[in-house]
Formats: sequence, structure tokens, C-alpha cells
Amino acid sequence: MIYEHSRTGRRATAQTNPEMDKLSDIPDALLRKRPAGLPEVSEMQAVRHYTRLSQKNFSIDTHFYPLGSCTMKYNPRACNSLASLPGFLSRHPLAPDTHSQGFMACMYDLQEILKHVTGMHDVSLSPAAGAQGEFAGVAMIRAYHDARGDTARSEILVPDAAHGTNPASAVMCGYKAREIPTGRDGDIDLDALKQALGPQTAGIMLTNPSTVGVFERRIKEIAGLVHEAGGLLYYDGANLNAILGKVRPGDMGFDVIHMNLHKTFSTPHGGGGPGAGPVGVSQRLAPYLPVPMVDYDGTDYIWLTEKERPESIGRLSAFAGNAGVLLRAYVYARLLGREGMHRVAEFSSLNANYLLKRLMEVGFDAAYPERRASHEFILTLKKQAKELGVNTMDFAKRMLDYGVHAPTTYFPLLVPECLLVEPTETEAKEDLDSFVEIMQTIKQEAETQPDLVKQAPHTMPVRRLDDVRAARELDLAWKSDS
Amino acid sequence: MSDTPKELRYAKSHEWLRDEGDGTATIGISEHAQELLGDLVFVDLPEVGTKVEAGGDCAVVESVKAASDVYSPVTGEVIEVNESLDDAPETINEDAFGNGWMFKVKLDDATELDSLLDADAYDALVAEEDH
Repeated sequence: MIYEHSRTGRRATAQTNPEMDKLSDIPDALLRKRPAGLPEVSEMQAVRHYTRLSQKNFSIDTHFYPLGSCTMKYNPRACNSLASLPGFLSRHPLAPDTHSQGFMACMYDLQEILKHVTGMHDVSLSPAAGAQGEFAGVAMIRAYHDARGDTARSEILVPDAAHGTNPASAVMCGYKAREIPTGRDGDIDLDALKQALGPQTAGIMLTNPSTVGVFERRIKEIAGLVHEAGGLLYYDGANLNAILGKVRPGDMGFDVIHMNLHKTFSTPHGGGGPGAGPVGVSQRLAPYLPVPMVDYDGTDYIWLTEKERPESIGRLSAFAGNAGVLLRAYVYARLLGREGMHRVAEFSSLNANYLLKRLMEVGFDAAYPERRASHEFILTLKKQAKELGVNTMDFAKRMLDYGVHAPTTYFPLLVPECLLVEPTETEAKEDLDSFVEIMQTIKQEAETQPDLVKQAPHTMPVRRLDDVRAARELDLAWKSDS
Repeated sequence: MSDTPKELRYAKSHEWLRDEGDGTATIGISEHAQELLGDLVFVDLPEVGTKVEAGGDCAVVESVKAASDVYSPVTGEVIEVNESLDDAPETINEDAFGNGWMFKVKLDDATELDSLLDADAYDALVAEEDH
């Protein structure tokens, strides 16, 4: 904690005269009576403290990070440096349109690129994160039914493998979430879907490839069934990386999609944001898109607001979402081009399938062995847990010792003792092979010296944390001893 | 040899139910369910007086691995909840079929009990899912 370095009266610039502080011309009445309780450290101490912390970081810049369902791919530095050009950075969001034409041109182009790559009729960039994109998507489904006077629809269907945000977004928009089971082969249980569909169905939320890492093969049939029942199809863009430019959600029959630019379009990821979760829609939902959007009248780029789009579900944030994140995605898309996007899909799938096959060869069990992986796949360590008493969490912790961030563990919930592995297209074959070797080593350790694995990690700044106690006895706020 | 109590009934979603014989029933989650979830850290119980539907979610159990809905096996009204779980969710891990009970329901329709599984059928279900 930086507070532990704090000494009363210490300043960043240690040798300046403290009397200087008294030269303030702020009236006494406006000054706080008690100091704010900020850490008092020198600049050197602050730099060292945060540099040390950053060195403890396990990140994509330093380690293989195959976190399934998260698409932790490498973010090209160019995206960051171009989005940080002074013209972008110093543009005020209230600057007149005539002073913002460059930025607006980028946003317009990004809307167009996302339309093309998803096959949707129209796109709005304004949702500030994936979850807000989901909320916007379901709100548009609601607006569509309401506008038609079709107000008895009360349910959103969600597969049991779905991300937890899906049912949460449905509930936030006033719907009841109803779960549809997944079949043994990883596809949706079609009979259960048929039984669940009816006049109460507002829509279905799907991820394709699904959260179990396989492509939903009967998507056309599902789309037909849902549309026939009067419902709409929502596409969660979590796994868009696998099909980027290859298969388009619009062509599969989806009516609404949200995209996670931090996954597929290589913008900053994790740490709670800032994010960007643009939404795309089919023609019949276009009037409801959140504002503002950018249009081009042949001469100028202009903002479309509530005035031009009166049926919009409204605004989700001040101004146009997270401009800097959208710019990074725009640069990324332009760097790749159409062919590059195809290669993203091809190599992310190739890497996942190569890794899956090799891990199966060295004795790991796939959750869906008969299926081809999409850009990610699930292993189940059920056998190891049962026979050796070494579970998925033990494997995950031991990987840290070997310099690998663990894949996603215990998600999706329907596969016991699972690891959801997503190597992404940015990893080289040597790095994939090295991961296989590490997994093989840990497997041998689990067989011969299980305690070594069960007590891992051994080389990290902190050892195995008591996550049960941490959750039961929540202690989140730092308090001074004095 | 199974430890699944013979006197209880079971739902496919891994809840158990004890028919108290007076039009009420006590409900919890099975030993198998607690084992899959691992160490529980939080239990969200329904409020007394809540109407529950058979198959409807009415409580949440959360472990370090996962948060999972608990479904009521029967339709009725919640008449009592096991408040000691608020401070000691681990009771479910320690004694799922006993002190780890979650809530009691006044049954709307006692014949609903007939559609639940007996211990043998539940064991077969667990074996099948484990396969």
C-alpha cells in the first residue's frame, strides 16, 4: 500500500520550501479543515512503488494469456499511438461539428466497417461497454414489440451455457429469463427450444460460436423457429473473433448484435474499462438505435440525435461513448483490412484446433471431443480431480509457476472441472507448443507429486490465497492503524 | 453404496424435499450439488411469505467457483427460512441434508410431490450426469 510509505508533511518535490504552500490565495473559508488523507510520499517513492507493482503484473505483454471467452489478444501499439494523436486527444466533445470533421469521419467509417463485418443494417457506437451494449440491444427488442402494440411478450430465452450478463440484461429490461438446455453435442437442445417458444417469447440471446466453444450448427433453423414465434434474435458478440468476416450474424438471421471491441477489435481490456460495446441491428430495429450516431450528407459529417431519430431508445452516455476506445478499434480495423479480418478468424480457429488436438494427444479430455473447436475449446479435468485429487484450480495455479496465465476456470458452469482455453491468433506455434509441454509437465506432477500442484503457486509474489475466507469475511477497505 | 437419504424426495435440478406430513415441506440442496459447487460463501434466501412456483428460481447459492440458482421443487408459500445460513453458508457443505436446509414451503398442491424423484432415481440421475 502506498499509504504505508506515507510520512506527515512529505512532498513529491522533497526539497522545495514547505512555506511555499502558504502562498495560496484561496480564502480560508473555502479550505478544508482536515487534510484529505492522501498518502504523503516523495516522487521517487511513488515511482518505485508503482513500478514494483507493475512488475508483479501478469499480463499479455509478458505472459501467454489464453483466457477463454475473453479474447486476450495482443493490441498493436499502432492503435494506441494513432488514437493518441493530439488532434484526437485535445478535441473537446462540445466542439462544433466543423472542428470535429476528422474524428466524425473516423466514427462514420467505423460504423460502416462494423456494418459490413457483421451483416447488420445499421450500427450505433455509443454504448460504453459490452454490458451496456447488451442492455441497449434488449431495450431495442422491447421498443420494437412495444411500438407494434405487441406487449404481452414477457420472456427472453437464454441457453444454459450463456454468459451471466445475458439473463441479467434481460431482467434489467423487464423480461423474465428462461433457460434452454444444451445438448450433449454442445448445440442447443432444439426440442426444449420448441417447447419454450410461444406468444410470450420476446427473443432469444445467443452467442455463436457458443460459450462451449463450438459453432451452433442449426442456427438457421433456430432463427426460423424464433421468428415464426414472433421473437427476435440477439447476438452476443463475445465470440465474434472466431468468425470475423467469415460468417456474418446478419446472414445467420440475427436482429440485434453487440460487439465487444475490447475482445475482437483489440482495444484495452480489463481493469473495468473504459470499454466500447457498439450495437448493430436489422432494418426493422434501426429506428430504435441509441443516439448519437454519425451520418454523412455528401459534404459534411453530422451528428444524428433525438431530433433526427425520435424513436431512439435514447442516450446511454454523455456524448458519443468512449471516443478514444472507438478510435483504437477504427485504427485496428483499418490496419487489418478485409483480408486481415479473415486471417484473424482463420488463425484464431487454427490455433485453437491445433492446441486442442495436441492436448488430447498428451492425454487431456475435451468436453466435446467429437466437435471441432471454434476459436476456443473446453477441457475437462474431471478424471484428474477424481483419480488424483488434483482439480482444475490446482492446475491453474501451477501454470502461474510456469509463466502462463491460467485459462478461464469453472466456466461455463455446465462442464465439470473445466478449463476454457483461447489462444487467439496472435500466438506463435512455438508458444502453443510450450503451453502443451507445460500442461503435460503439470499432469505428470499431478500423478507423481500431487501436493506440489495442490500447493501451487510456489514462485509468485503471493502464495495460494484463501479465496473462501476472503469471500466470507469481506475486507475491502484500507484503514489506517493510527 | 449411496448416502442419499431414502426418506427424501429430489428434483432433477438437485434440490431435496422432506414432506413434513402436515401440508408443509422442507427444502435444501443435495450433497451432490454442494460437492459440485465447492465451498459456499453466500446464500440468498427467499423472504417469508414469498410465493414460489414449482421449477421457479427462488434462492441463490454462491461458492468461490460459481453462483447458482436454487429452484423450488413445489408450488406454495415460503413459511420459514434457515437464517443461520446468512452467517454460516458452510453449513450446507457440512450437512446438506440436515442443518443445511434452506427454506420451508406450505404446499399448494400435495400431489406435486408425486412427480419428484425418489433416492434411487436421483442416484441414477447423478450417475448418468457424471458419465
